[in-house]
Amino acid sequence: MGMEHLLLWLVTLPLIGALVCFALTDELSKYFALVVTLLGWVLAFFVYQGFDSAHATQLQMVFNYPWLNSMGVSFGLGIDGISFPLVILTKLMMPIAILASFNEKKFMRFFMSCYLVLDSAMTGTFLATDMVLFYVFWELMLIPMILLIGVWGSEQRVFASVKFFIYTFAGSMLMLASIFYLFSQTHVQLGQYTGEIAAFTKLNFSPVEVFWGLNAEKLVFLGFFIAFAIKVPLFPLHTWLPDAHVQAPTGGSILLAAVLLKMGTYGLLRFAIPIAPNAFVEFSTCVAYLAIIGILYGAWVAYQQKDMKKLVAYSSVSHLGFCVLGICSMNTKGLTGSMLQMVNHGITTGALFLLVGMLYERRHTKKFEDYGGLAAIVPYFSILFVFVACSSMGVPGLNGFVGEFLVFMGAFEANQTWAFVTVTGVVFGALYTLTMVKKTLFGPVTNAENRSLKDVTLKEWAAILPLCILIVYLGLAPNSFLSKFNQSLDTYWAETLKKTALDAGTVK
Amino acid sequence: MMMPLLLAAPLIGAIVNGLILRPATAKRAGVIASIAALTSFASVMVQHFAPDAGPFEWTWFTVGELTVKWSFASDPLTWMMCAVVTGIGSLIHIYSIGYMSHEHNAYRYFAYLNFFLFNMLVLITSTSLLGMFVGWEGVGLCSYLLIGYWFEDINKAKAGMKAFIVNRIGDAGFLIGIFICYQLFKTLNFAEIAKLLDTQTFDVRMLNLAAFFLFIGAMGKSAQIPLYVWLPDAMAGPTPVSALIHAATMVTAGIYLICRMNGLFLVAQDTSLFIAIIGISTALLSALIATSQRDIKKVLAYSTVSQLGLMFLALGCGAYLAAIFHVMTHAFFKALLFLGSGSVIHACEGEQDIWKMGGLKKKLPSTFLTFTIGTIAIAGIPPLAGFFSKDMILYSALTAKSYGTTFWILGLLVSFLTAFYMVRVWALTFLGEYRGDKHPHESPATMLIPLYILAFGSIVAGFLGMPEGLHLLPNYLEAFLHPVLGPLVEGHGALSEERAMAVATVSAIIACSLGFYFYSKPERSETPGKILVPFKTVFENKFWVDELYGLVIVKPFDALCAFFAKFFDPNIIDGLVLLPSKAAQGMGSLLVLLQTGIVQTYLLFFVFGLLVLFMVLLKGVVL
Repeated sequence: MGMEHLLLWLVTLPLIGALVCFALTDELSKYFALVVTLLGWVLAFFVYQGFDSAHATQLQMVFNYPWLNSMGVSFGLGIDGISFPLVILTKLMMPIAILASFNEKKFMRFFMSCYLVLDSAMTGTFLATDMVLFYVFWELMLIPMILLIGVWGSEQRVFASVKFFIYTFAGSMLMLASIFYLFSQTHVQLGQYTGEIAAFTKLNFSPVEVFWGLNAEKLVFLGFFIAFAIKVPLFPLHTWLPDAHVQAPTGGSILLAAVLLKMGTYGLLRFAIPIAPNAFVEFSTCVAYLAIIGILYGAWVAYQQKDMKKLVAYSSVSHLGFCVLGICSMNTKGLTGSMLQMVNHGITTGALFLLVGMLYERRHTKKFEDYGGLAAIVPYFSILFVFVACSSMGVPGLNGFVGEFLVFMGAFEANQTWAFVTVTGVVFGALYTLTMVKKTLFGPVTNAENRSLKDVTLKEWAAILPLCILIVYLGLAPNSFLSKFNQSLDTYWAETLKKTALDAGTVK
Repeated sequence: MMMPLLLAAPLIGAIVNGLILRPATAKRAGVIASIAALTSFASVMVQHFAPDAGPFEWTWFTVGELTVKWSFASDPLTWMMCAVVTGIGSLIHIYSIGYMSHEHNAYRYFAYLNFFLFNMLVLITSTSLLGMFVGWEGVGLCSYLLIGYWFEDINKAKAGMKAFIVNRIGDAGFLIGIFICYQLFKTLNFAEIAKLLDTQTFDVRMLNLAAFFLFIGAMGKSAQIPLYVWLPDAMAGPTPVSALIHAATMVTAGIYLICRMNGLFLVAQDTSLFIAIIGISTALLSALIATSQRDIKKVLAYSTVSQLGLMFLALGCGAYLAAIFHVMTHAFFKALLFLGSGSVIHACEGEQDIWKMGGLKKKLPSTFLTFTIGTIAIAGIPPLAGFFSKDMILYSALTAKSYGTTFWILGLLVSFLTAFYMVRVWALTFLGEYRGDKHPHESPATMLIPLYILAFGSIVAGFLGMPEGLHLLPNYLEAFLHPVLGPLVEGHGALSEERAMAVATVSAIIACSLGFYFYSKPERSETPGKILVPFKTVFENKFWVDELYGLVIVKPFDALCAFFAKFFDPNIIDGLVLLPSKAAQGMGSLLVLLQTGIVQTYLLFFVFGLLVLFMVLLKGVVL
């Protein structure tokens, strides 16, 4: 297997697996899906090894297959320093999500094939080098996800899945409009149609204002931005997330939090900012304000939740706010922090949903009032819960801290007030996290049903242990991971802001 | 210093106890933990510090020009702190074997205790601000876990959480301090910062700001106004924890931070004055509260806050040596007092109210003897340890550049109150008749031996830093710490050092006598008690600070969050989101009315539509 086909396999293997799943029995299908996603680990390992960190800014392992030649659209895959960590994250989380779904009773093989299709779509979204292909994968992601929520979710699943679909789809439509405009511009400016993303960044915009003081560049930016902001989700576009999380099955929640939310921040970095840098520079302060509001607001609302999954969902709003703020800082520290925060949020929140899922599987409730005092009954579970909670609230030495710290540093360099305001987030973060720990683990055992709870099983250990190891590893030695792709981050702003009035020299 | 062993021993101990072996009995877990702590202590002792021995380090993360390393090194200040932390830590580990003997799952306790030791050593030996912050948060986490050790009691769990949250407020300040320092110095390494401060000039305003925010961090960890409220509640944890974490070691981290950054604070004059004011106010406020508390541990807790306040007074006056000296002596006698109180509580089967004690002198002779030594030491009676360190603080306050005399008088008042409330506790606990209904018995040897060792320390530790003016012993401590903390600033005060000492001694003796007079026979305190009722009520209720915070901060904040979570988010934000769908539904239900299913109606619409179309077309032709 040559390197040039590695990425193709990364995308298509789960898709093939999804088809095979239909032919298997329910029991067999879950082991099969696990094997397929573990093969994903192996492939990801090859990608990790094969990725050339010295040329992280360039697309590597490129696979290109002409698709719609007359329109300049191709089936192009490639990986660079921006997509690298997220692809690894996606592949990492897949078997864990599958393991978390082993006890599902309903339509097991369809369940598994949904996961595998989602795997393909997510990987493809990160890897696509062609705008049309990207959009195809982007929308393809929605289908297995709404099925996961709508078929295998909790009581309000249909409402949540429809809301999720329509909300994200509305954003996608705006993005599609932007894509159409850019696509037509490639013909005008470059002489031929092309879907190549790199070509899009070379386009120039006319300064003529279309309406409300918005020129073409700003409109294009807003089209992308709103789509991505919904995905992130950025305040005030976040209300689909709590519903989706609460209703989704455990595996769905894990992937939603760990990977799907990162599509938003990835999209900002890959499309919105490089394509319309002037508009971004202009809007960045506003976006930063929304991110800051999201950080605090998400934490405050999380603090008052009575449902575990809702609490974790709102905590995601807060954490992703850090990611966006890091990007808005427009410096390397902020960007690096943002990228680390994306990966770390994936790992930590994935682990949190896994733990909440364990409780839900045993007791079929996610309400805090049904728990309390679990530390006396399930000691290993409690250790894991406190451990992951520590990671979530950014205890240094664990993974959450470095990203958060760098975002603060970046924000401080960009605008000191931002840092002053957001640093209070560490207090509120501790507040809702420890409240969750307290309500679940501490106090007397109020509910007699909890007395017979089983502690962590072997299968559950298998799912969570890799995450725990990464939480420590990325906390103590993030550099070994960071150095694989930091070249991209170091040069990102100088590259993307070349076209703007901001002198590249002033941008660190 | 054998750095790897120093740090690794307690970490391994924690992992072995907590995750691998999980021994069933407190004794086995305690022995493992104590061996780990003693190994650490031995590694401090066998080798003196060696700054050029090559610290071991590896890169933590690199971003652009910012490189942060994990690196640990030692200098005299580090060595001294390590010695105190591992020495007293080891004693408290050993003591805990007896204290926790009736506990199930005590492995958890010992694992936390070892892990605390590890984090505290990381805090002390780190060579950069960020490395220190790692240990800083780590000890906070251990403190949280240990305060809430008896988690079945939700109030204890809440006390742990309060400690962590309040500390986090300080930590947020600490982080901002780090950012400002990085902006100023482009490095977070202590040695490099010190060098830069020596060789370059910086904007004093920014230096003050950096110092101010670092001090906010110290405020949280070292329980100063306005962030001291967590420490009294932290007494919910097992008593040895209160001794180790909430008296001897962790709470002095803030003082250590400022000493470590003394180059910065020395230049940041305005912030230093602010620190002195906060310090003395905290000292006074908590000393007043301590005079009226009934819970033996609460008295000691407020006493700790008060003593920490005195240390900050010293720091604010630029007397870093005095503060560190008091950190050391205080570690001895406060650990002693807490462990003594633990022995008393253990004997009285969990009773903590000093009014339900009394007459324990005969029943607990060893505890009585050692507690007495601790009381004399903290009261500032020469020649015990507390006298010399407190003297150094008071004298440096007296000679401070601004408000020296005021600080000195207030400091003297604090010492007076300290002697008074400590003798009160001592007399009520040990003298007179037993007022409780339990059957007190003396504690086992594992608990008493640490008490004796600490008592010895409380007697002699002061001799390490005797003032040169007395011409009895050289000031070993100053000579030792001179390379890090610089010389003790000599100034001129209203009194000479000898006279100041004499005044302090006399005031301490008067305070002790008053305390003894009133509380050796508690009925004597009734008459003045009646007269002082209004004051007593204020002190007993701790100036209602907790209630005030509850009313002004906690309740409004909860209400705000509840407003967002219960009304604003679901109704306003989500309401707006659902508006289009509601609108579509509404439109739909209106349009449904048109679908009557009656052909005549449709025909009517058809004709009407045709008419409109015609009119439009016609208009087009006309125009």
